[in-house]
Amino acid sequence: MEEKNKEELISDPFASLRQASGINQIDDNNDPVKMVLRHRDVRKCAHNYKTFQSGAVPGRIVVPSEVEIRDTRQIPFEVDPPEHGAYRSLVEDWFRRPLKEDYEKELKKLIDKEIDNAIASDNIEVVSEFALHMQSRALTLLLNLPLLEAETWIAWGTHVFRSEETKLDASKANILYDYIDQEINKAKNSPGEEIYSVLLNTEHDNRLLSHEEIKGIMILTFAGGRDTVINMITNAIAYMAKNKKALAYLKENPENVGRAVEELVRYFSPLTHMGRVATEDATVCEHAVKSDTRISLCWASANRDETVFENPNEVMLDRKINPHVAFGFSHHKCLGAHHARQVLKVLLLSLAERIESIDITDKEENIETWGEVKRKVGFHKLYANFSSNK
Amino acid sequence: MAKITFITTDGAEKNVEGTSGSLMELATDNNINGIDGDCGGVCSCATCHVHVLAEHWDKVGPPNQTEADMLEFDDLVTEHSRLACQIEISPALDGLVVKVAND
Repeated sequence: MEEKNKEELISDPFASLRQASGINQIDDNNDPVKMVLRHRDVRKCAHNYKTFQSGAVPGRIVVPSEVEIRDTRQIPFEVDPPEHGAYRSLVEDWFRRPLKEDYEKELKKLIDKEIDNAIASDNIEVVSEFALHMQSRALTLLLNLPLLEAETWIAWGTHVFRSEETKLDASKANILYDYIDQEINKAKNSPGEEIYSVLLNTEHDNRLLSHEEIKGIMILTFAGGRDTVINMITNAIAYMAKNKKALAYLKENPENVGRAVEELVRYFSPLTHMGRVATEDATVCEHAVKSDTRISLCWASANRDETVFENPNEVMLDRKINPHVAFGFSHHKCLGAHHARQVLKVLLLSLAERIESIDITDKEENIETWGEVKRKVGFHKLYANFSSNK
Repeated sequence: MAKITFITTDGAEKNVEGTSGSLMELATDNNINGIDGDCGGVCSCATCHVHVLAEHWDKVGPPNQTEADMLEFDDLVTEHSRLACQIEISPALDGLVVKVAND
């Protein structure tokens, strides 16, 4: 299935640079970044962890840099192989729980409630009243916490990790770091079956994980899965509103929902890019990269590479071959991908089953600036009416 | 109908039968360890990597360019690597033996 529109929901602003030079050079807090734009180069650099490391100073591989606001190393995200694999294996099974049938059932209940609320609302603001709620409540399943805990995360709003005005905001970030400290301490005093207690009982290198290591895993879990999932959900709603036949298509072809999920994630690319630090002088796409400088792997650009994807700027919900890198690539592929895929799958199927149409009434786009390039990643505000098919 | 044997990294052999779909789907339906199929078969994740026994290579043939590009950056790649999601089950595969690459 393929739909063509005059105006693209999410455009491909990297196209000309990707074709011409393969690199977008940007500044970031006096620590410049060469954004790698071509699919093959992105995969090659992602795989080459020895030259392009994740285990630099905590916060440096994130763009904009978080070096000034964070000392805790995110785990396993900011660790390189072989230690990375040892850490990842500790948490891999926990993060695969979303594939279980009972998890999917519980997720459907949560998502259906959000859809109930959207149907009952007049002109719901999708980002803060739908996507944030859904992301936060679904996260309670992943962390095995009471549903009520989501209210704390919802109250943080959509700009908890970075303020809207300034890109780096230590006081905002500290809300999360202090909360995690408090929750780890709570689990130490009163162990349960949630993620903090499980991690407190997990051994690494013949010892229990430290408070700092657990904090690093939890910062990754909260920060990595918040804006990305909110953007994914919001963009999915915007897409369904714009492409009126898509819900009917999924209703008639639910067996193709897996391909639809992969295609929408490719097209949205909720995380534009992720950095690496060069450990030696190197060359990427004929551009010199000096030791101790940064590159970034631009998933959003790679996912529109016209040498890899047929009609890259079109959403084809039944795209059969789709080697996208929206969840990263190689060793550091997204730990939360199973959860994210399940959220989108259940959301799409529930919308297809229950919603006749979605109409957007107003919007405020979320535009990122990367040097000369401006990329829409989602919305700050999206107002919509959901019409039930009953 | 094709009878196919998966050998997992612990050396265990499992014989299964399939008539349609992909080799990845056959593996996940039969809970073969090390075949996850995270992306559902669109050639995006490489979690269904298998090594085809050399003597059976002609049954499956080489990967296409997209698949080969995916395998290129897999640490466990060999000259007989394939992604199971890109192999369609057919009677021609009867007797195929593959070793699962990942744990």
